[in-house]
Amino acid sequence: MDNILVYCELDGTRVVDVSLELLSEGRRLADKLGVGLEAVAAGKGLSSVPEQVFKYGVDKLHLFDDERLEYYMTLPHASLLCKLVKENSYQIFLLGATVVGRDLAPRITAELHCGLTADCTSLEIGPYEDKKNGKVIENLLYQVRPAFGGNIVATIVNPYNRPQMATVREGVMPLSVVKEEGYAGTVVEHAVSDYLSDADFVIEILERRVKPAENNLKNASLVIAGGYGMGSKENFDQLYVLAHLLHGEVGATRAAIDAGYATADRQIGSTGLTVRPKVYFACGISGQVQHVSGMQESGIIISINSDPDAPINAIADYVITGKVEEVVPKLITFYQQKQ
Amino acid sequence: MELNIIVLAKQVPDTRNVGEQAMNADGTINRAALPAVFNPEDLNALEQALLLKDSNPGSKVTVLTMGPARAADILREALYRGADEGVLLTDRAFAGADTLATSYALSTAVRKIGKFDIVLCGRQAIDGDTAQVGPQVAQMLGLPQITCVRKVLSMNDGVLVAERGIENGVEVVKASLPLLLTVEGVAAPCRPRNAYRMLRFHRAATPSEQASEGYRYSSQAKSDEALCLKEWSLEYIGGDASRCGLSGSPTKVKKVENIVFRAKESKRYSSSDCDLKALVAELVENHTIG
Repeated sequence: MDNILVYCELDGTRVVDVSLELLSEGRRLADKLGVGLEAVAAGKGLSSVPEQVFKYGVDKLHLFDDERLEYYMTLPHASLLCKLVKENSYQIFLLGATVVGRDLAPRITAELHCGLTADCTSLEIGPYEDKKNGKVIENLLYQVRPAFGGNIVATIVNPYNRPQMATVREGVMPLSVVKEEGYAGTVVEHAVSDYLSDADFVIEILERRVKPAENNLKNASLVIAGGYGMGSKENFDQLYVLAHLLHGEVGATRAAIDAGYATADRQIGSTGLTVRPKVYFACGISGQVQHVSGMQESGIIISINSDPDAPINAIADYVITGKVEEVVPKLITFYQQKQ
Repeated sequence: MELNIIVLAKQVPDTRNVGEQAMNADGTINRAALPAVFNPEDLNALEQALLLKDSNPGSKVTVLTMGPARAADILREALYRGADEGVLLTDRAFAGADTLATSYALSTAVRKIGKFDIVLCGRQAIDGDTAQVGPQVAQMLGLPQITCVRKVLSMNDGVLVAERGIENGVEVVKASLPLLLTVEGVAAPCRPRNAYRMLRFHRAATPSEQASEGYRYSSQAKSDEALCLKEWSLEYIGGDASRCGLSGSPTKVKKVENIVFRAKESKRYSSSDCDLKALVAELVENHTIG
């Protein structure tokens, strides 16, 4: 059976987190199917990529190392990936649901004429019965994704076309190192000029302005989020104290940001970040669907709200009914006492 | 330089504000109760098209949408805001299309329109959020793409410079026409409807609409071609039925679950010191915090 391929997105020469998560997930799926896991990276100066990826159980790594590939560009990446897939044929091809992955993956599917499911939140292997002809196809990739503004969850399959392609959001799949240090799979260094032509470089990057994120909200395992119900910026700032104490990050609702309590990079919800921390404190947050869609997959949800019937309480594991500006300082004090 | 600009637009159910009237008793969404709207980022794309037309007099903006008969509403909406022509791609054969089959139909229709320098569309539609159709149409038409465009910085002698959003920043890129651009929601909002254009184009209708009983502007439509929205079928655009609709879609929906905000068994605490101390103790105990 054909192998699984994972696209390793690079930030400079560092493989980004979502790609490593996909390697872990790809390994799990490959073991289930009894096939190999392959990875591909394209960039400039890739000598450190093998050691970054092999510990996740990659069997074969394809490298495209070229001056002209220093920064991601659609056409060269699409061309070389299409050729690589045509040469080797894969049953599953996974990419991160990042700006790059979402730019690249659909382009490839249009060339290879295969199905693509965007922004998956979970992947599984299972059978599918085609109701038209009663045929059962074994070992298909179930691609689970939210749709309709987060109001439904759909399971998608690609019964007949290969590869089955999916993009997966960051932070959904757990990282799992499966190989001892020193393990190395096969590295294939491809001659880039065999794969690309000048026509692939018709778009020129004139300028890039990138600044590292000032918070680590998307990867935080504990999030203290505040809503409009915090009442003031001073009250909201208490959340940073609690977050610092609990080694978490501070998030906010759209309403809290509009009120000037926090900056836009902390917004959680359908027009901001989607987070899945282990623990989520919802402080003075009523629980509009737009916010809930960005945090509903959190592990344990703790709601602090003066309204005992706030919608957020319906999905909370712990509900504290009281004035948030009084509860938060108390939690800080009692936690410090406990230490 | 006179440009031929095509904007791909979609009519979508408004998933942004799901009010109580759109909720079923079991907590699921009643999709039929959601208003049908112009996909928000497609409006941003329309504005970029109109800006390009402003700075390149003589340019033509054609809006193309695929959907049922009522999708003609967004074509009229586009005309109110400054578009020159509307094309409705409608056929039962298109029903049930996934993104790949949709992109096939749209790219075939774009070819049928013929001359184009720039194809624009929103980055993604709010009913699916897939962001796939733009890049797929680009590939099928053999066009380079610039996704997540925030601003067109310049357009001179057939060379376009645009700013696009990337992870944690922006990128400025340059490319020659023809091109496909997808536009992000942070780009300039679409200009409002123009009152004069509304007076004129509320009469604009597809042949099917013109043939319906309630249509009262037949005589005007006969003398004003701009009031005649185009209505194209699969056969008219010369598409391959096996690549359209459900049968042309590699992805199949196996299962759909409605998200129900089912009440969890929550533990309730008051804000008394005693309660909060007990809560902190429990959270530390079960390793939720600390």
